[in-house]
Amino acid sequence: MSDPTEISEPVVSAAVDAALAAIAAANDSAALKTVRTEHTGEASPLARLNALMRSVPGDRKAQAGKLLGQARGAVAQAFAARETAITEAEVAAQLAAEAVDVTSAAQAWQPGARHPISLLQERVTDVFVGMGWEVAEGPELESEWFNFDALNFDEDHPARAMQDTFFVEPTAAHLVLRTHTSPVQLRALLSRELPVYVVAPGRVFRTDELDATHTPVFHQIEGIAIDKGLTMAHLRGTLDHFVKALFGEEAKVRLRPNYFPFTEPSAELDLWHPTFKGGARWIEWGGCGMVNANVLRSAGIDPEVYSGFAFGVGVERALMFRNDVKDMRDMIEGDIRFSQQYGMTV
Amino acid sequence: MRVPLSWLAEYVDLEPGTTPEDVHAALVSVGLEEEDIHRFELSGPIVVGEVLSVEPEPQTNGKTINWCQVRVSPGEQTAADGGPAIHGVVCGAHNFTVGDKVVVTLPGAVLPGPFPIAARKTYGHVSDGMIASAKELGLGDDHEGILVLGTLGLDPEVGTDAISLLGLDDAAVEINVTPDRGYAFSIRGVAREYSHATGATFRDPALAVAPVVTASEFPVTIDDRAPIRGRVGASVFVTRAVRGVDPTRPSPAWLIARLKLAGIRSISLIVDVTNYVMLELGQPIHGYDLDKLSGGLTVRRAREDEKIVTLDDATRELHPEDLLITDESGPIGLAGVMGGQTTEIGATTRNVLIEAANFDPVSIARTARRHKLPSEASRRFERGVDPAVAVVAAARVVQLLVELAGGVADDLGSLHDATPDAVPIELPTGFISGLIGLDYTREEVRSSLAEIGATMTETPTGLSVTAPSWRPDLTDKWTLAEEVARIVGYDRIPSVLPVAPPGRGLTLPQVLKRQIAQTLAAAGHTEVLAYPFVSEKANDLFGLAAGGPVPQVRLANPMDGEAPFMRTSILPGLLQIAHRNRSRGLTDLAVFEQGLVFRPEPGIRYGAAVVPPGAVRPSANLEAELNAGIPPQPMMVGVVLIGNTVRHQPGLPAVAAGWQDALAAVQQVALAAGVRIGVRRGSHQAMHPGRTAELFVTMTDAEDEVVGYAGELLPAVARDFDLPSVVAVAEVNLSDVIAHAGAGIVATPIRTMPAATQDLSLVVDAAVPAAEVLAAVADGAGALLESAHLVDDYRGTGIPAGRKSLTFALRFRAPDRTLTAPEASEAKLAGVAVAAVRFGATIRE
Repeated sequence: MSDPTEISEPVVSAAVDAALAAIAAANDSAALKTVRTEHTGEASPLARLNALMRSVPGDRKAQAGKLLGQARGAVAQAFAARETAITEAEVAAQLAAEAVDVTSAAQAWQPGARHPISLLQERVTDVFVGMGWEVAEGPELESEWFNFDALNFDEDHPARAMQDTFFVEPTAAHLVLRTHTSPVQLRALLSRELPVYVVAPGRVFRTDELDATHTPVFHQIEGIAIDKGLTMAHLRGTLDHFVKALFGEEAKVRLRPNYFPFTEPSAELDLWHPTFKGGARWIEWGGCGMVNANVLRSAGIDPEVYSGFAFGVGVERALMFRNDVKDMRDMIEGDIRFSQQYGMTV
Repeated sequence: MRVPLSWLAEYVDLEPGTTPEDVHAALVSVGLEEEDIHRFELSGPIVVGEVLSVEPEPQTNGKTINWCQVRVSPGEQTAADGGPAIHGVVCGAHNFTVGDKVVVTLPGAVLPGPFPIAARKTYGHVSDGMIASAKELGLGDDHEGILVLGTLGLDPEVGTDAISLLGLDDAAVEINVTPDRGYAFSIRGVAREYSHATGATFRDPALAVAPVVTASEFPVTIDDRAPIRGRVGASVFVTRAVRGVDPTRPSPAWLIARLKLAGIRSISLIVDVTNYVMLELGQPIHGYDLDKLSGGLTVRRAREDEKIVTLDDATRELHPEDLLITDESGPIGLAGVMGGQTTEIGATTRNVLIEAANFDPVSIARTARRHKLPSEASRRFERGVDPAVAVVAAARVVQLLVELAGGVADDLGSLHDATPDAVPIELPTGFISGLIGLDYTREEVRSSLAEIGATMTETPTGLSVTAPSWRPDLTDKWTLAEEVARIVGYDRIPSVLPVAPPGRGLTLPQVLKRQIAQTLAAAGHTEVLAYPFVSEKANDLFGLAAGGPVPQVRLANPMDGEAPFMRTSILPGLLQIAHRNRSRGLTDLAVFEQGLVFRPEPGIRYGAAVVPPGAVRPSANLEAELNAGIPPQPMMVGVVLIGNTVRHQPGLPAVAAGWQDALAAVQQVALAAGVRIGVRRGSHQAMHPGRTAELFVTMTDAEDEVVGYAGELLPAVARDFDLPSVVAVAEVNLSDVIAHAGAGIVATPIRTMPAATQDLSLVVDAAVPAAEVLAAVADGAGALLESAHLVDDYRGTGIPAGRKSLTFALRFRAPDRTLTAPEASEAKLAGVAVAAVRFGATIRE
């Protein structure tokens, strides 16, 4: 295009039309940049027309200025619109190109897991902590006094022989691996102010050969409450609340007469649930009862003033009927696949 | 205890059609535990047959069989199997003859096995049924020949149903008797419990026998000079004599069947009768051959070096605590446990002396345990036998020996009864309701107690209750409460949730213990629970860092003789578990366990020589002594990693587990516990000398406490555990770490002025630990240094041999102003100066 000599409507229109056509034809940001230089840059027709403004006579300056202003505005608007469209398309194309197979993500970490026996103990203790109870602990290697004598197991009582106890050498030292978590009851009563409401989860030991339903090392959760005026109805109320919290609202408790040296009256704790493996049924889960007066006396507590209840349940057994574990060996062999099917929850 | 239903029904009404399952359910509801159901697993047609002919037929295999014609229904009547009245049967036994009545299992019958009977071709005949032996019927163990009914004193009609004739249609429920219910080791006791459960009428068999009158005194002396715990060994001792017993008389079929169902083998009529009465009344009976006794009986403790040969042919060395029955010849029985051989009832015994005694439970329990001789008798005495039933039981034996064995009741006998008077129990009004939480009526309390056999009188404050003689377990008002609660029914007890006083939640150690496990699991470790039983060698290996034997706890009765010790470290168990996983093809492992270990201190004798009594609070001193006698049991966490921590994946190479991962686990523990765990080069006999870190916690007095080790196992140790050569391990004493937790955190104000970052490369001797160089730089750089970490450890071109270049990224910040580059450089150089002094560090050019 030859140099324009005057600012006239046809010349301006021609320059605008050429610019708009070029903008529309630009397909990417590089082309658009070229268009920008050619049609709005210093050497562009519109720029050169603008340069003529100096020589436009005063009476026509306003009209020429308006003409050029409108022309440059139209070109700038078209340019901005085209620029936005091209940018969007280019971003979209880049994102499309960056797509990955999200199912193939490499994982720079391995999943770990808790053992469900640990998790279940924590869940149970949380239920009781929520009721205001506290958690008590004690040693696994115990004095016979705590494990037996203080719990009203007479030295010669058949119940003591029935416990299948691991004794420590020399046996004259009277140390045993605790056969139940009940010695923690005594420790709690000796060390705490009354009233006492505590649960004691932990590992216990009996000389049972390992098979699908027995293991010499297993876990119990024991609870004991000593207060003024506690009754067997409170025991039932506590167990009802506990099993509903752990197994759901439909769970039920049944008490059956039984014998334990450390409780009187004593009861077997049966649990019913509609979804247990093998159908809705009663399952023997543990023992409970009113704390034997002799146990209170062992802790220096007057049974004429205080009363209380205690209960104990097996954690492995709960895992068996709650999560359908069929073989106890799976729980103790340490095969990582067993814990990993639970992950961090039970 | 096994209870044949026909027997139970003699003393308590059973509704027609009552099944063993029904009986179980009823007994369980009053506190007996369901064990099993026992039946003669057979079905008919099984009938009485008469042998018409026996033709011996020798066989080529050397055996001779008998081809027999047996009449199995009278006249020409069709037999029970629909076949002819006379069946041809092949029989291999020879202990019968023409005219004998035998038991014939006809085609269609099923014998225990199950063994179905059908007509079958054998030895050239069609054997149309089988002539049965006692063993085949499940009645006995003898397989010497077929059962000839005449030997049981039976001569029934041909065609009679042999199942009901022999009592084979009976069934027994087996129940577990809890230690407080000795009386339930008898049909009498179980019938009473069944009556409690169902309300059915109970007829006490002890009231059905008239006591025998004795005129001439059989001499019996109770001479216990060393009563155990103050209790004389025999409080009741009854003897009765029966003469002229016919030793050829068989035990009747019903007796054999009931004993069999009750789990006792038939021996001979006299022995069977004593066992029968024991099962019926719960009173163990011992029978002596009166003619083998020398003089009277003396009950006394054994002397040193005394011996006895018991009925089971064993010679037993006696203990001075053993209670004996003796005559002039010496010991003739271990009282309440097992009789002796010299006065045993035998095939020729005609005159019998019956002993029914009440022995001290403790004495019997100890003797049975000492000689490993749990017997039907000892099991009953240990739990307590009704002292009032001895005289009745003796009379019952006399009655049965007269009835069944043709004996004559003799007027010889004796009665010693030193049973202390029962002590009444004061039961205050309202006590039971207050303990159970259910308002029992006065009538409910009284009738429940009456039902269990207690007698009572009114007192101004309640009742004075005397327990029945068969309930030695009823000793206080709490035991009476259980009786009332169970007779009325535990299902009546309401459900009331007690309100505990406000609790304080989990303790800090309890929270941290959980948090540590959660953190390790979230960081990729899998929790396992190993048995704490290990070998001495494993304990020594992981005991002291420097090596040598460690004090350890040994079990007296371990399950596994290879691992009789309690672990002093978590690691041996974890390594075993790692091996098990690997053997199952799981080769990439990161496992951990939290648990107690058992660490006796050297030179301390643990335990207590004397255990204080129960039911009394020990004195503070005694309690402290008991606790001091228990070896320390700290809580540890152990971690083992093998294989890869990161698997090979697209764009990601595999990362092998190593010492760094063990240290990472330690830092995860430290983070979760909120306790700084320091790391420095260490050594441990089980670990790689160049790849072991000693872990420590700095205490407030600036002293260090070592809390564990982390790194890699010595390859030779890994090999011993059958593991690959690189095994990363860490073990931290959580008890020690957690003891340092919970120090209040003092907040540092967050500085918001701009930071200046600089890198620093220092060349030091290759042996100098990077952490110490970093600490020197930090010490020198002072308060302006906000953070510093190692970004590179370079050795090679440009660095002299034996030295290394450590590059640290440093971030400086001032609290109150924008730090200038010269200020930051000045601080950095101050750090370099300290590192130069301590380690000869130079800035890398």
